[in-house]
Amino acid sequence: MQVAQTAPNFRRPYVTPTGWRRQMKFHLIGRNLVWFTMTLPALIWIIVFKYLTLAGVWIAFIDYKVRTGLFASQFVGLKNFEFLFSTDTAIRATRNTILLNAMFISVGLVVSLSVAWLLFEIYASRFTRYYQTLILLPRFISWVVVSYFVYALLAADTGVVNSVLKQLGIAPLSWYRTTEPWPFILLAVSLWHGVGLSSLIYLSGMIAIDTQLYEAARIDGASRWQQFRYITFPILLPLVIINMLLALAYVLNADFGLFFQVTRDQQLLYPVTDVLDTYIYRSLIVTKTISMAGAAQFYQSFVGFILVIVANAVVRRIERSRNESLALF
Amino acid sequence: MTVASPSDARPSLRLPTRRGFDAPTVVVHIAVACLAMLCLFPLLLVVASSFTDEIALARNGYSIIPSQFSVEAYVAIFNKPTVILRAYAVTTGITLVGTVLGVSMIALLAYPLSRRDFILRTPISFMVFFTMLFNGGLVPYYILMTQYLNVQNTIFALLLPHLVGAYYVLILRTYFSGLPDELFEAARVDGAGEWTIFWQIAVPLARPALATIALFIALNYWNDWTTALYFIRSPDLYPLQYLLYIIQSNAQAMALQEQVGQIGTQKLPTETARMAMAVLATGPASILFLFFQKYLVRGVTLGAFK
Repeated sequence: MQVAQTAPNFRRPYVTPTGWRRQMKFHLIGRNLVWFTMTLPALIWIIVFKYLTLAGVWIAFIDYKVRTGLFASQFVGLKNFEFLFSTDTAIRATRNTILLNAMFISVGLVVSLSVAWLLFEIYASRFTRYYQTLILLPRFISWVVVSYFVYALLAADTGVVNSVLKQLGIAPLSWYRTTEPWPFILLAVSLWHGVGLSSLIYLSGMIAIDTQLYEAARIDGASRWQQFRYITFPILLPLVIINMLLALAYVLNADFGLFFQVTRDQQLLYPVTDVLDTYIYRSLIVTKTISMAGAAQFYQSFVGFILVIVANAVVRRIERSRNESLALF
Repeated sequence: MTVASPSDARPSLRLPTRRGFDAPTVVVHIAVACLAMLCLFPLLLVVASSFTDEIALARNGYSIIPSQFSVEAYVAIFNKPTVILRAYAVTTGITLVGTVLGVSMIALLAYPLSRRDFILRTPISFMVFFTMLFNGGLVPYYILMTQYLNVQNTIFALLLPHLVGAYYVLILRTYFSGLPDELFEAARVDGAGEWTIFWQIAVPLARPALATIALFIALNYWNDWTTALYFIRSPDLYPLQYLLYIIQSNAQAMALQEQVGQIGTQKLPTETARMAMAVLATGPASILFLFFQKYLVRGVTLGAFK
């Protein structure tokens, strides 16, 4: 504490050279009380919405009835889980979630790194600002509106894609009734929506690299690809690894908006587009099989939590070997 | 976790040297411009179709250039504006109130967490951070909102859920920590209380970071339709995005009825009118985005995990 050294304080006469240490403590208590009061609104919100809600996972182990509520309903142990995994739907949803996410993560990484690199190559240009803006824009369009776009592209009679197909002499397709192309449609929409943000994160990592490295490499005659391969990529690798691990930790969480809105919740498409989040939503709110939703939810959250912990432990390992601070906690 | 320090977010200091317009640079420019157009294309498609004549659209299909220009769709909407105006009012209201409340709560939490003398700094920081790891998910949240808080079908259901984002708290905490300590000490010596220091020194200095967070929260509220999907049943409280969803799903149900051979009894907005609604619902958010995009880009780089 430097208060006593910085300036004599005339407005607080009790801060005297003899007694300031004791007074400082008193001061700290007062300050801490004010600070604690400041945190209260947000803290209460966090406790209610993030911590009290955790009690709700109990639903997975009871036969939930609205009448009896969370604590008086009958305990049934793991029955809900048995029931959940005896249906094909939950297993199908899990498989879809993991496979689609794996595809989004891997293709997303390649595309965002490429876009970031392209932007980095022309970073000095005054156009780059506008490119950045346009590439980031889709991230801030609501999924409902995105579903309108996708409909304009894929509608059976009037959609742009079918018009193009007709002109090329290929038979048009009834897109909302054909399952096969949907993983790739969802991939395209997910990239369109998400690449802007992730490539900007990689771009900001690239900008932080010392330009002298590139200058030296250029003097030695390194090509652009060699500069990327031997300078940019190795330096970015920790950031890439962390993003990958985080993405893997959330592999059971799907973007509800993407799967619910873009597919227009078409039942015909469920075999390839139904994911855990849409399954939980349907069980909870549409079919009202709340215990089922609770079991699926617990399974999703619990596995997700374990994955995050594991991911962080792995990042810790890497950190120790590279002597850098990367871990989440 | 580490958050990029503000100095990393100031790229202008270390620009890659300008290489002039050699052939590869031109190729890169063309590639990136194509990508940017690809991002914009669907938006243009919807805008174009909202200005197309209904019958021409049904005959010629969607296209990036209206096959027959018409403002009929917008006229139809503004002839009976009550529904959309109501939805606008709901959305604007929750966006404004939610953003102001949310930013205030986040700033009030982040500031003490950035003070090294704060005794509860570590436990509260951990409490905030832990919420990013474990997510109870939809089911517990739904039970809390409907069984215990009893806010379903009220404006509070739309307002409460997005107030405090742990991620924003951490970004802002880092920003506050970066402010020079001497300023706060000097103010304290001059007899300023903690509230005064917060409002008159910390908040004005953190304005760029606050603007970024405010923008993120505002866009969150503006684009939110899930909350209404879970909790809102009364049409008076439909926010704009949810109204769009309802119109879309009603039209879908009607189309299905027609296929089965039943005659629809409701009169629904035409396809072009629906596209016009989408334009009207996205417009304000896009304008907000375009005007403040530098704050968004900065926010992205501020929060980048290193």
